[in-house]
Amino acid sequence: MPAAPAIEADRLVKIYKTVPAVDGVSFAVAPGSITGLLGGNGAGKTTTIAMIMGLIAPTAGRVSVLGAEMPRQRYRVLQRMNFESPYVEMPMRLTVRQNLTVFGMLYGVPDLAGRIEELGEALDLTDLLDRQTGKLSAGQKTRVSLAKSLINSPELLLLDEPTASLDPDTADWVRARLERYRRDRNATVLLASHNMTEVERLCERVIIMKRGRIEDDDTPQRLLTRYGRRTLEEVFLDVARGRGELREAAQ
Amino acid sequence: MTAGTEIAFAFSPRRVAAMMLRYWYLLRSSWPRLIELVYWPTVQMFTWGFLQYYIAQNAGFFARASGTFIGAVLLWDILFRGQLGFSISFLEEMWARNMGNLMMSPLRPFEFITALMVMSVVRLSIGVIPVTLLAFAFFGFNLYGFGLALVAFFLNLMLTSWAVGIFVSGLVLRNGLGAENLAWSIMFLFMPLTCVYYPVATLPTWLQPVAWALPPTYVFEGMRTLLIDHTFRPDLMLDALGLNAVFFAAGTFGFLKLLQSARRHGSLMQTGE
Repeated sequence: MPAAPAIEADRLVKIYKTVPAVDGVSFAVAPGSITGLLGGNGAGKTTTIAMIMGLIAPTAGRVSVLGAEMPRQRYRVLQRMNFESPYVEMPMRLTVRQNLTVFGMLYGVPDLAGRIEELGEALDLTDLLDRQTGKLSAGQKTRVSLAKSLINSPELLLLDEPTASLDPDTADWVRARLERYRRDRNATVLLASHNMTEVERLCERVIIMKRGRIEDDDTPQRLLTRYGRRTLEEVFLDVARGRGELREAAQ
Repeated sequence: MTAGTEIAFAFSPRRVAAMMLRYWYLLRSSWPRLIELVYWPTVQMFTWGFLQYYIAQNAGFFARASGTFIGAVLLWDILFRGQLGFSISFLEEMWARNMGNLMMSPLRPFEFITALMVMSVVRLSIGVIPVTLLAFAFFGFNLYGFGLALVAFFLNLMLTSWAVGIFVSGLVLRNGLGAENLAWSIMFLFMPLTCVYYPVATLPTWLQPVAWALPPTYVFEGMRTLLIDHTFRPDLMLDALGLNAVFFAAGTFGFLKLLQSARRHGSLMQTGE
């Protein structure tokens, strides 16, 4: 019997006043997988992730996470998940260690001091632990946010543009850490991104969104074959410019 | 009660302690924040203290009513700074763009509110205790001379300040930092109506029922009775407590409804203006 999906969205709709941000999205994410949510600005990626996290209530449809209906049953599972997003920051005046201590206590992390040291080593933060978060560089702050998102060793990790504003070297370093985390903990990762290299490298499945709908959903390799392209960036441009629909119509 | 609701109402002192630690770290990290806590109560107390000193030399009534102004300003500060202490801790999360992290964590709304209430008392103590000592040193006014009455005054004023703070936090959560000004100014609406510096009888007759519908009015009236007639009126404190129960329940209900509405409108992700 296949394992129950870590995330299951069923005809998910979010309408702000009269504008549909997400329009009938359905998908299931297998436990232990890394899935990419791809799409341009305003495609509905962040709103979809926010509904999965229980921060936004759907207008229609339902979404369940680790077996709990969101947002109604969110407190059953919030302890087992975490997230990172450029739209949310860590308190700047607190040191890295203070921030991780506060979030570790919120998540009820056992042996918190040990866990902070462990994360410090894993994410190359040891020398920064006692520095004020606000005084760190963008790359260092991203690593701190990543440490916060891993503080409770989540089974489900939701990442919204995890490498936005990072230089290529740091971005690559972050991706390697994410890959390792997924492998070591058999965690499920849902990643919203604009970055095609990132999605190509990390994800075994890609969901492409456009104007609040799912335009395509497959493995990166099958998407490349189907669109007759060499990179996901070209596939993304085809979808964004409507060439995918034209190709399907021609076929 | 459903299983989901039971979990939502589960209360963890550890999570409350985590939030208190977060605010304590913040206070400790910034000396201007600490100075600001003491600065305004001190300025207010001296202004009213000297005014009272001047009037007392010229009018018999005020000589009898020694300390009513300083007492009023100190009790007003408990009410005003109590609410501000609550709201500022809450606003710190909005300013830091940290609300998404908290709302996504296992922290329950009641735990968050509890931490904010405790921190408002901590902030108030840092700000007002030194000022009460200055009031004694400069004007011979001993707030602690109120004895048990002070406990009743303090409890009632804090309950009102929390009720207002909880409701305003809900408004900010729902409407973003555009509603921040309410946090700074809403209590000033209470100032003329709760008769901080004058008896309720001073108000026009039609306005007096409005004043008596507000819990702090009973405290300020009680303080004047204590200072002028040397009588403590427990009936006034019980009336205030009853009204505070209604205010607190209404504030909490409003907060939960506004939080629900913020979830519907997506405001928890966009906490800017």
